[in-house]
Amino acid sequence: MTPDLECVKLTKTFDTIKAVDDVSFQVPAGSFFSILGPSGCGKTTIMRMVAGFLDPTSGDIQIKGKSVLDIAPNKRPVNMVFQHLALFPMMNIGDNIGYGLRRAGASKAEIATKVGEVLERIGLPGIAERKVDQLSGGQKQRIAIARCMVLEPDVLLLDEPLGALDLKLREHMKIELKSLQSAFDTTFVYITHDQSEALVMSDQVAVMNEGRFEQLGTARELYYDPKTPFVAGFVGDSNRWSGTVDASSGNEVRIKTVSGVSLTGSAQGRPLAKGDRAQVFVRPEAIRVALKADGISAFENRIVGTVSSLLFNGANSRVLVRDDASGGEIDVALPQSGEFASLTKGAPLHIGWNAGQATCFAGGTE
Amino acid sequence: MRAEARLGFILLLTPLLLWLTLLIIIPHIDMFLISIRERVAVRTYETGFANYLTFFTEPLYLVTFMRTALMSVLATVMTLIIAFPVSYYIAKIAKGRLQSALFLLCLVPFWVSELVRTFGWMILLRETGIFSNLLQFVGIVDGPVEMLYNDTAMMVGLIYTSMLFMVVPLVTTLESLDDSVIEAGYDLGGNAITVTREIVIPHATPGIVSGCIVVFMLSLGNYLTPTMLGGKESLWFTELIYSQFIVRFNWELGAAFGFLLLGLSSFIVWIALRLTGQTLEKTMG
Ligand SMILES: Nc1ncnc2c1ncn2[C@@H]1O[C@H](COP(=O)(O)OP(=O)(O)OP(=O)(O)O)[C@@H](O)[C@H]1O
Ligand SMILES: [Mg+2]
Repeated sequence: MTPDLECVKLTKTFDTIKAVDDVSFQVPAGSFFSILGPSGCGKTTIMRMVAGFLDPTSGDIQIKGKSVLDIAPNKRPVNMVFQHLALFPMMNIGDNIGYGLRRAGASKAEIATKVGEVLERIGLPGIAERKVDQLSGGQKQRIAIARCMVLEPDVLLLDEPLGALDLKLREHMKIELKSLQSAFDTTFVYITHDQSEALVMSDQVAVMNEGRFEQLGTARELYYDPKTPFVAGFVGDSNRWSGTVDASSGNEVRIKTVSGVSLTGSAQGRPLAKGDRAQVFVRPEAIRVALKADGISAFENRIVGTVSSLLFNGANSRVLVRDDASGGEIDVALPQSGEFASLTKGAPLHIGWNAGQATCFAGGTE
Repeated sequence: MRAEARLGFILLLTPLLLWLTLLIIIPHIDMFLISIRERVAVRTYETGFANYLTFFTEPLYLVTFMRTALMSVLATVMTLIIAFPVSYYIAKIAKGRLQSALFLLCLVPFWVSELVRTFGWMILLRETGIFSNLLQFVGIVDGPVEMLYNDTAMMVGLIYTSMLFMVVPLVTTLESLDDSVIEAGYDLGGNAITVTREIVIPHATPGIVSGCIVVFMLSLGNYLTPTMLGGKESLWFTELIYSQFIVRFNWELGAAFGFLLLGLSSFIVWIALRLTGQTLEKTMG
């Protein structure tokens, strides 16, 4: 089956900066594809090339197997939900949604029924007469999507559409967007710098950095099996150490960190020989906490430390543990089983993790 | 504290009130009183509307009046047609230094006085002027051509004088239109014409209306340009007022003309606002 959207070696250079550098990906029909990356990494630039507002320096963009490079933005079968929504303030809601249909030459009656239908579908029936500024943030959001969806595009592009909303509404809209996507059964390409948005909603996520795709995979793959240090550091939280390889046997490597701690991690097939510089990533939630040393005796990595601060955040509470040997601070997730409810600052704590939970990469500075 | 605030308010308001009463209200009241004075014999006056009646019974006055109004409307519309793409380019297409440079270019002619500017057009357009010589040199015409003293020359002068007052409000309103709104217009299937009609113009309407009001008022009340560039045929109503006051010493009729011009401009502005569905508050605020 041909993918709905395919980019082949897409590159865009502005003057001297390479905003997008040799990016290739395919988005299968009906799937939710996200591009996740820090601010300024070139996400919007990719979107604008797909929508037709920018010409790629080189490479090709295909929609349903056909190159669209020669097609003007208003003729492409893609629509875009803009970062700040860009609803038309001079029109009411009905006219906003009907705008694209009017351009396509639909009859008045047809427009009215379709607008009614789509408003019904997004759960806002009967607001066609309202003005844009009489809606809440979340409602505007849905209108912006509905405005594109009435045109039944092959691909819907969404450029950080939740960026302007407050946290609570954002959480709500994440679920809502996902259900809208399955309701309309359209391919969504979603860009964001917020990893939780990307991980929760997407079938596939591409992690982007400085114009390149670092890794492309499902949320699970990115989280459990990051292929590059950037992905390991960007997706989810991580503790990071750097040092040199002390010994390596098969998949297991021993690394002596700069601060003098010896850690065991897994190289997952990456070549790491004795003497190489290396870095280790361990997720706070992969670390086991115990009050006594025998609680963590099964783990390859064991550290004795003291609680240097408690960051209470309900279910996501954390402790910062100061390593007694090296003085470094380690971010550890606190289990909510009640065992640690009385933990106080300065209390001694034993922490440990498996070699398999510590991902090692070559390189890294200091 | 409250008393101090009140004092500050009064002090701030005083210059405005002085300006309004001394320069606008009092002269107009006086003008109105003069305009309803009829001279029945030497130094004897009666109150009545005879001056206004004179205006309606004398075809020259009436024709000049209507002509001035129509030509001003025409000048306004043409200024708008020329200024709109220019403003769109400055506000939306030009970026960075080019943008400020272009805006400055619109402003530069206003650093010299209106008299000198108008004289510049005379140098260009007169029989022995640059255009005439150029045309002869290229061989398009055999003898010198006179391009001054007609309606076209006057229209050119009026548009030139008014340009800035149209460009400034247009650039301001167009700049406030988010680029992504225009892009959304294209993205959803619009072309240049429909995006302009449905998105850009509705957004720019307050700027268009306020620009048009200012340009219309300036054209209607312009004296210099019609006098210097216009011909015998293109008599402007302000010239009639001038001649009543200064040449004929008929202040009574001049004052009446002045009031008629005020009424006319207010009336046309009111009609224009009604037609575009705008209010004065919306366009000025
Ligand atoms: N028109 C342009 N001219 C020059 N450089 C540009 C232009 N547009 C974008 N860039 C540069 O390209 C890079 C990528 O920009 P882009 O807008 O794609 O970032 P982004 O990933 O969308 O960031 P954000 O999350 O902040 O929106 C940036 O370094 C930016 O400065
Ligand atoms: Mg962006």
